[in-house]
Amino acid sequence: MPELSYREAVRDALATAMRQDDGVFILGEDIAEMGGSMGVTSGMLEEFGSERVRNTPISEMALAGAAIGAAMQGMRPVAEIMYEDFMTLAAEQVVNQAAKLRYMSGGQLTVPVVFRTQGGAGWSPGAQHAQQLEAWFVHIPGLKVVFASTPEDVRGLLWSSIYDDNPVVFFEHRTLYGIKGEVPEKIEPIPIGKARVHREGEDVTVIATGRLVHESLKAAEEAEKQGVSVEVVDPRTLQPLDEETLVASVKKTNRAVVAHEAVTRMGFGAEVASVIQYQAFDWLDAPIERVGAKFAPLPFAPVMEQFIVPHSDDVLAAIMRTVGRNGD
Amino acid sequence: MAKVETKTSLAKGDLRDVLREMLLIRRFEEKVEERFRAGELPGFLHVAIGQEACAVGVCRALEDGDIIASTHRAHGHTLAKGTHPNELMAELYGKAEGCSHGYGGSMHLYDVERGNMGANAVIGGGLPHVTGAALAFKMRGEPRVALAFFGDGATNIGTFHEALNLAQLWKVPAVFVLEDNHWAESTPESQHSPIRDLSDRAKAFGMKALKADGQDVEAVYKTTRQALDYARSGKGPVFVHLDCVRLHGHYIGDPQVYRDKDEARKLAETRDPITLLREKLAVSDEEFDELDAEVTEIVEASVDFAKNGTDPAPEDALKNIYA
Repeated sequence: MPELSYREAVRDALATAMRQDDGVFILGEDIAEMGGSMGVTSGMLEEFGSERVRNTPISEMALAGAAIGAAMQGMRPVAEIMYEDFMTLAAEQVVNQAAKLRYMSGGQLTVPVVFRTQGGAGWSPGAQHAQQLEAWFVHIPGLKVVFASTPEDVRGLLWSSIYDDNPVVFFEHRTLYGIKGEVPEKIEPIPIGKARVHREGEDVTVIATGRLVHESLKAAEEAEKQGVSVEVVDPRTLQPLDEETLVASVKKTNRAVVAHEAVTRMGFGAEVASVIQYQAFDWLDAPIERVGAKFAPLPFAPVMEQFIVPHSDDVLAAIMRTVGRNGD
Repeated sequence: MAKVETKTSLAKGDLRDVLREMLLIRRFEEKVEERFRAGELPGFLHVAIGQEACAVGVCRALEDGDIIASTHRAHGHTLAKGTHPNELMAELYGKAEGCSHGYGGSMHLYDVERGNMGANAVIGGGLPHVTGAALAFKMRGEPRVALAFFGDGATNIGTFHEALNLAQLWKVPAVFVLEDNHWAESTPESQHSPIRDLSDRAKAFGMKALKADGQDVEAVYKTTRQALDYARSGKGPVFVHLDCVRLHGHYIGDPQVYRDKDEARKLAETRDPITLLREKLAVSDEEFDELDAEVTEIVEASVDFAKNGTDPAPEDALKNIYA
């Protein structure tokens, strides 16, 4: 199996779809000559030309809205919103328009658009370039929300998102672009709404997204050394949510930790915890633990930033609390 | 590009048909006001009484395959784009037979088959869609144009500026029709815009801008035709500024405390587009009454149709969320 970085895997999904389908095109800020601020679309201008790799002005409402309009007319646009923080600028178009057009029209309209965006702390940009805002979008009926954590998943899920007939908000994590992983020779679509069990275990289930999948796998290895067997599950799709896989895992282990980089309070993890307590109440041997960022904007100074966002140590401590140990 | 047959003017016979259509829209909206006040219609409704020449003049100029995006004041646009009054009235009554099957209501009227991509309850919300739809037409080499309606209030919102900027930058076949009725809800233009000529906003993007008297349906038609031809030929988008009047309030029931009572009365006497066209065509009282009876019958029938329509099942509210 070939090996690709997460960045290359995103690019491969985009380029392969564009090679086979004239209706697919990409638009966004600095995506052409520069190849995007994360280098994801590097080289695509040369292959596909400026009609299909469209640099836009710094104009999130228009680029999101134009993607919606083109999708309403049968194209399959993929809009890149450079930073998740800027999704707030596109939010009117994503939330009031894309998510609701099919519904308001009584099923007449189809809006097959993807909004790709990325975020994530760990490089000290301060408060406006690294937020994790997935909780904003999972709350909106009409949107699908994907957050992939590995090269294989990001490629297969982006493919499925491009060919889904609904608007999809597709989150990537900045600090994962460089990680490498094996991928199938040919793109294998990964169904939207299917979780992935990364590691099987007996004592505790950790349900994690994005960077925290990797932090949780690290924590699981450490826990193993301390005699605690940990299962790590990545929902991969936040909306729709694969409740069945998550609940089945917790029924097996009887303990759950939910981990994401976004602020814990009112976060995506709260919904996951609710799903588990309701569907697996009788199986739970400990309160569900939640791991996430402390309730603060992201600070600039590296020591403060690292203090705010969660790491593998935080996941390990949460795992140990569920088995009644203090994690020392 | 496929050849498109272009109409160059409205023949006199056509103009009588235009008068009939404008009168139908007027009577339809008067009926909507009446039924709303009678407590039969739920929701939040806005009529465009006084602006019928804009809707009819613009939509008559469109070719098959062209699409529109409308506003919260959408009944006239919807009828002019070809939706049957029965389907529109049924939607206002929240019936499954409505043009949005009861999911939309007055501010969310759709008729995709007839090229109506929808009304929009967010001011300026549909403008970027028009830029994007026009981009799709351009990328596929289709000789189609996407056209947006919006009011003067919308020229202050970000989507207006961003959508026009992008449309001009990419030279897409779009037409942006400003129905300048000089009111943003209750706020007069003097309080919402620092400039007096809103065309200047389009010109600032380098966009071709045309103007017409929005109360003169023939002028609206001809100007829109010119704009469509230009856009369709691949030269880029066009801004069409229609100077028009809103004879009634912002919404049905609006007491209009912000407006000089004489203003609307004077406008109704001097600038009513239906009266203006009737005078131009020298339509006799007898002929007019005949037309009026004919359209009134259609409107009454639409109310009967709507009242006899099917209520959606409450649980239908869980359909159409995802494709």
